[in-house]
Amino acid sequence: MREFEYAVAGDARAAIAAARGGARYLAGGTNLVDLMKLGVETPALVVDVSRLPFDSIEPTADGGLLIGAMASNSDVAAHPVVRQRYPVLARALLSGASGQLRNAATVGGNLLQRTRCGYFQDVTKPCNKRAPGSGCPARDGDHRNHAILGASKQCIATNPSDLAVALAALDAVVVIEDDAGPRRIPLSEFYRRPGERPDLETNLPPGALITGVELPALGVAARSTYRKVRDRASYAFAVISVAAALEVREGIVDDVRIALGGVAPLPWRARRAEAALARVPATEESFRVAAVLELDAAEPLRDNAFKVPLARNLITRVLLDLATASGATA
Amino acid sequence: MTETLTRAVGMPVTRIEGVAKVTGEALYAAEYPLADLAFGSVVQSTIARGRIVAVDVDAALAMPGVLAVLTHENAPRLGDAGDADICLLQDDAVHYRGEAVALVVATSLEAARSAADVLPISYDEQPHDVVLTEDHPGLYRPGHVNPGFETDTEQGDPDAELAASPVTVDRRYSTPTMQNNPMEPHAATAVWDGHRLTAYDSTQGAASVHRVLTKLFDLPGDAVRVYSPHVGGGFGSKGSARPPVVLAAMAARVVGRPVRVVLTRQQMFALVGYRTPTLQRLRIGADRDGTLRAIIHDAVEQTSTVLEFAEQTTVATRMMYAATARRTTHRLAALDVPTPRWMRAPGECPGMFALESALDELAEACGVDPVELRIRNEPPADPESGLPFSSRSLVACLREGANRIGWADRSTTPGSRQDGRWAIGLGVAASTYPARSAPSTARATAQSDGRFVLSITAADIGTGARTALTQVFADEMQAPMQAVDVRIGDSDFGPAMIAGGSMGTASWSWAALLAAQALRAKLDECGGAVPAEGIDVHVDTADAIGAMSKVSRHAFGAQFAQVRVDVETGEVRVPRLVGVFGAGRVVNPKTARSQLIGGMTMGLSMALHEESTIDSRFGDYTNHDLAGYHIAANADVGEIDASWVEEIDHEVNPLGIKGIGEIGIVGTAAAIANAVYNAAGVRVRDLPIRLDRVLVG
Repeated sequence: MREFEYAVAGDARAAIAAARGGARYLAGGTNLVDLMKLGVETPALVVDVSRLPFDSIEPTADGGLLIGAMASNSDVAAHPVVRQRYPVLARALLSGASGQLRNAATVGGNLLQRTRCGYFQDVTKPCNKRAPGSGCPARDGDHRNHAILGASKQCIATNPSDLAVALAALDAVVVIEDDAGPRRIPLSEFYRRPGERPDLETNLPPGALITGVELPALGVAARSTYRKVRDRASYAFAVISVAAALEVREGIVDDVRIALGGVAPLPWRARRAEAALARVPATEESFRVAAVLELDAAEPLRDNAFKVPLARNLITRVLLDLATASGATA
Repeated sequence: MTETLTRAVGMPVTRIEGVAKVTGEALYAAEYPLADLAFGSVVQSTIARGRIVAVDVDAALAMPGVLAVLTHENAPRLGDAGDADICLLQDDAVHYRGEAVALVVATSLEAARSAADVLPISYDEQPHDVVLTEDHPGLYRPGHVNPGFETDTEQGDPDAELAASPVTVDRRYSTPTMQNNPMEPHAATAVWDGHRLTAYDSTQGAASVHRVLTKLFDLPGDAVRVYSPHVGGGFGSKGSARPPVVLAAMAARVVGRPVRVVLTRQQMFALVGYRTPTLQRLRIGADRDGTLRAIIHDAVEQTSTVLEFAEQTTVATRMMYAATARRTTHRLAALDVPTPRWMRAPGECPGMFALESALDELAEACGVDPVELRIRNEPPADPESGLPFSSRSLVACLREGANRIGWADRSTTPGSRQDGRWAIGLGVAASTYPARSAPSTARATAQSDGRFVLSITAADIGTGARTALTQVFADEMQAPMQAVDVRIGDSDFGPAMIAGGSMGTASWSWAALLAAQALRAKLDECGGAVPAEGIDVHVDTADAIGAMSKVSRHAFGAQFAQVRVDVETGEVRVPRLVGVFGAGRVVNPKTARSQLIGGMTMGLSMALHEESTIDSRFGDYTNHDLAGYHIAANADVGEIDASWVEEIDHEVNPLGIKGIGEIGIVGTAAAIANAVYNAAGVRVRDLPIRLDRVLVG
């Protein structure tokens, strides 16, 4: 770990000014501090934004919910409105990390988590994301946990966030602030595919501060869930996760949202599967066909091909469970 | 023995130092407050084989707080201690990735780490080879396997018996590289006072580290003192001197002040010894009723180019079951990897995974119940030596365990029981571990204040050894536990067995017993009057151990697993483990149960999670931390029912102790793998039982 300066931001303006000068924001520190210890992050200045007044969870004028960026994962997961109207979000948060980490980790920080790719985290090895142009050893190396969708020649690392997968399914909007003032970026436009520049992970302007996440009023979200398959029963990143919401009327799919974690460099909204499920009978067969269709685009590597049948099975199962829970299978 | 001797032994006594540990009062090796303490940060090689061309120390030395940079060019020369793994910084050769190639010493840990992170080292890199294969061209037959077993054994004509057997199993099994991760990282603090060296070390054997330090630094025995009163786990990886104590002692001599070296969790993956990967083949021939005719067990494993370590993977197969003929072999490849060393039950642990999995496959092929198959092949005497067993309770353990897990309800058709989305099943495997004792010395003192003190270079690595010794010593002194003090973890107390090989409590208790007997005799001589300076006795168990009868001494056990398998995702859960052991006298049921539960938990972790993945191009692990190298979390561990059958064995040692540190991990993985097969019809022969292996299997 290198020496660094630490400053507490008095207000958002000051924080943004410091970040424009190269400082890194510190909120819960559950990822940044680890990366600093590993030498992956070497900021000269760390600006503590955890005391900025962005930790409330409040209803929005149009019936949605605004979650402050500094709200802890624990607080969001326990919030009655989240539990009632967006259960997928509470479950995604509770499936992540440990109780202690969830108490410290924040919503804003969670969205900016870096990948857990072992090559990215080891400064003695090449990595296009950490050191652009140095190469991607994962492609021919250890990639069991890597992406099958949306990756590039340059990078196959997955996004580790559970929260972001739920937010992708919910059509959330990320609220940010920078020199130009507050702005809103839909989650679907927040993350970038790695392409030729895997070092650029989001469309966040330089120095911008995430101040909140807005959930739209979304009826189907009340019938949602999150299922995470991982290599141990808790305290592990997803091998595959599925966030889904399903509304069935008279045996027919009325509304459906599906997002996948652990399969791509970004939370993967399964739009092909959703399209295939529009107005079809809510049956296991429909769900399976949709899942297969989504995974048609998969480009598995030597050691992660199992993710294709696993994702297919999991999507099918989660949708079936949601349909069954509402007593609405065809 | 008289009545009073059993007052404390056998009672579930709470760990004596428990309060000191949870209040932070108990000091560990890196916690001793010392004036002018300096901190060493280890720099590891970033190549797997080659030579160091240059280390640019100038920039590091110019950084604030940096006192010295030790490299092969300036480090003190070390004597030969018979362990090349710790002959550090002596030449420019790099033998594996992660080898200690420099130590930055600074006035703060932060300064040392900052400089260590950026120390420029240039290498002449040479091609490396880190991948073990069954047909590796470098495979050779080692002279012996750890610690001194024959490499290969043969009894009868196994090939002919196999060929003549109506039922055969011929299967390959593998276990991956597994890493020692005790809670307390390896750490040491060294202080020189002229030519006297004091080391606070996190070790399973202060006497063993003492011996090594005298040789490395060419010092007389009384010039070195090693303290290790509290140790936060070891599993074998602290069974010998490891890099921190050697580097700390070297650095302290160079900078002329105390130096502390603590490994980071990541560094431990290369520097403390790990369990070799094993590639095993089991060929078993049997009659249709399951009676064994031939067992052939071949193991392929790795060592390093630094030092030969040959895991004794197939030794348990030599004595587990009766068979007409058998052969066991070990072959090694010396790769450009860190040296594999001890990890809880070396040999028995990976070997019994293969043997007990193969027996499950044989049971199915014969249509014989797996519990019954094992009982049917119970040997009348040790098949390898022909010697009688001092005691052997395997059958009793199998029957008791079967009863506890509800074996009678097990379906004999794999994949036929379902509970919601979960396929459910049961599995069994046997367990064994040798019961040995090694010479130890001890001093017992009667003080004029009426207290008795036992001083012995034992180590309590979390096992409860200190408490068990207190129970034994108090009983033998016919005194309440409150009237005795047991002092451990100080090499000044003299040579003693390490906390290893499940021999610690057995060996030290023997010395405690002899010391108490000698002290009582001396007290009798002086009519019970203790002079102001106290009365001292000193004992050594070497003669008594040398005079032991020739019998076969082993502990046995039976492990049962209940598993749930989600066949859609391959997820495996283990809601219940039952372990029943025949392990001689249990000195302290509370800490003993804790040891067995710990072993079984580690076995579960081995079965489902633990695996170091290596990238052959870098010669390096890709998951060298606890986020990437998974160990079972609380949520993975269900109910663990660990118990023992009554077993009185006067031939193992005077107290009848067999040792329980390791047997708990032996067989767990096979029981779980066998249960997964019973539940889902998927046979996983390569550990760990990852979901992708179950899903596509």
